[in-house]
Amino acid sequence: MTMAAPPVDDRPDGPRGSGGDERLLRVSPLRTLLGRPELGAVVGAIAVFLFFSVFADSFLRASSLGTVLYAASTIGIMAVPVALLMIGGEFDLSAGVMVTGSALVSSMFSYQTTANVWVGVGVSLLVTLAFGAFNGVMLTRTWLPSFIITLGTFLMLTGLNLGLTKLISGTVSTKTIADMEGFPSARKLFASQLTLGDVELKVTILWWAALVALATWILLRTRFGNWIFAVGGNAEAARAVGVPVARTRIGLYMGVAFCAWVSGQHLLFSFDVVQSGEGVGNELIYIIAAVIGGCLITGGYGSAIGSAVGAFIFGMTSKGIVYAEWNPDWFKFFLGAMLLLATLLNAWVRRRAEATR
Amino acid sequence: MTARSTTAAVDGAAAGGPLVELDNVSKYYGNIRALEGVSLEVHAGGISCVLGDNGAGKSTLIKIVAGLHRHDAGDLLIDGVRTVLASPRDALDRGIATVYQDLAVVPLMPVWRNFFLGSEPTRGSGPFRRLDVALMRETTRAALLRMGIDLRDVDQPIGTLSGGERQCVAIARAVHFGAKVLVLDEPTAALGVKQSGVVLKYVAAARDAGLGVVLITHNPHHAFLVGDRFTLLKRGIMSGSHTKDSITLDELTREMAGGSELAELSHELERAMGDTS
Repeated sequence: MTMAAPPVDDRPDGPRGSGGDERLLRVSPLRTLLGRPELGAVVGAIAVFLFFSVFADSFLRASSLGTVLYAASTIGIMAVPVALLMIGGEFDLSAGVMVTGSALVSSMFSYQTTANVWVGVGVSLLVTLAFGAFNGVMLTRTWLPSFIITLGTFLMLTGLNLGLTKLISGTVSTKTIADMEGFPSARKLFASQLTLGDVELKVTILWWAALVALATWILLRTRFGNWIFAVGGNAEAARAVGVPVARTRIGLYMGVAFCAWVSGQHLLFSFDVVQSGEGVGNELIYIIAAVIGGCLITGGYGSAIGSAVGAFIFGMTSKGIVYAEWNPDWFKFFLGAMLLLATLLNAWVRRRAEATR
Repeated sequence: MTARSTTAAVDGAAAGGPLVELDNVSKYYGNIRALEGVSLEVHAGGISCVLGDNGAGKSTLIKIVAGLHRHDAGDLLIDGVRTVLASPRDALDRGIATVYQDLAVVPLMPVWRNFFLGSEPTRGSGPFRRLDVALMRETTRAALLRMGIDLRDVDQPIGTLSGGERQCVAIARAVHFGAKVLVLDEPTAALGVKQSGVVLKYVAAARDAGLGVVLITHNPHHAFLVGDRFTLLKRGIMSGSHTKDSITLDELTREMAGGSELAELSHELERAMGDTS
């Protein structure tokens, strides 16, 4: 900072461009790149890609690309809102079972009322959004840490999924609804497949891409996005300048719920029956994808694109191990090592980027 | 203790009554008396200082004026109308902007995003309503320049600025958003002597722009440098109220700290006065 004197252009050092500031040294493109939150993840993704290109013969085939992208998209759809939530400074441990719960609600509601499956899909959307709103309202009303609150809803939902399914269907899985009215059109929207050349692409990849684009737009170009960063970065300051902190948090939890609904409907319409015990543990994978993608676990920093790269790393690793014909038991080890490496790389990159600004 | 009526008779540059007036305001937290019977006037183009040691009730006072807490007794008058502030947003809408000592900004966000936080301008409508980023960047730069702050790069995270610079950005933000009353919570508390001088200069600039300023401080020589009115708090009650021409710096200091602390304080005071002028 300097004093108010009108800028005098007599400094010998450095050219002064029109409208520029001579004290601003030209930032090299590399430096700009280093400042991006998703850089660590991109480097990691390239490394994983090269690794499996060498060690897994069929990894580079076009058909494998479709499979890897599909695996990435099922995680990526949830990693997007989880990343946004993390930027907003909170966690949602109930995200994994919420996906299953959402699928169970659609399936069982349609089956029991013998209505068009679209009715079940609609009811499921409302119920899932209500779960998200519950998480958000509990958080903003009680001031308890989101870790505790969503751990509670995680356990409650796990129990509800199993208990209600057994109570209604008699078994731990739902009945088939494939012969019901509306199933084909719903399947088209949530679980269809399109062929591009000799690559088969699942529709979830489109959902994923659309959600990443939407989330990036929200984060960088809307007021709500500004509030997300502020609430995660310094909630007290945000509140003091008039940001609706509670509404922002509730909105973020409802975003997670919406994506859980999308994910749940995919689960239902691609497999027809839903296992009520599924989804446990997935919440951590979403969080891992967001963290690998450069989201700061304490909030206030990160990107939606980073979460997509994190999910892509997940997809490459899970399928790459299969293509390399290794025992899939190794997958968790790889994921853990990746998480540590990515987080270390992120921390290192951020320190360098901030120190040399 | 000087009566409040004497301060009311002396009016600064402002035409008409005070922008904000506290009349006999009290605040209790359960059975704790945080503030009792405190009166204060803020005039346009004037700086009202609130002085007091730790625990004197300065923070409570600021929270009432900022809309974070509601007062339990007495009156808060804004433009002569009795008011109860519902929220910080409510206070902002009535032209009262508060700059807090430590929570003024979000460190990881760029300066321009911080500058407009909570009042972001948008273009377009419906789903295409978006931040007017070019306007935000340009306005931030221009508004800071008008306050005499020439920032290198509005894209840098505000956490990379020094404490004094951050205070100045927060003050410039309040001035830009048309605040009529600026409440400053210990703006110089964490700063070195030189940086304090810079901040006080911007406080004076805000006053000259016609704002009413409430300056909360525990530093009587900073207060005396810029202040027009002085309200002293001690253990939750008002222990004195003065105008600039009714009190000297020595008297102000003596009223704030008694006896043994005085020698030490006057020593500190002489040093600081030498540096800031």
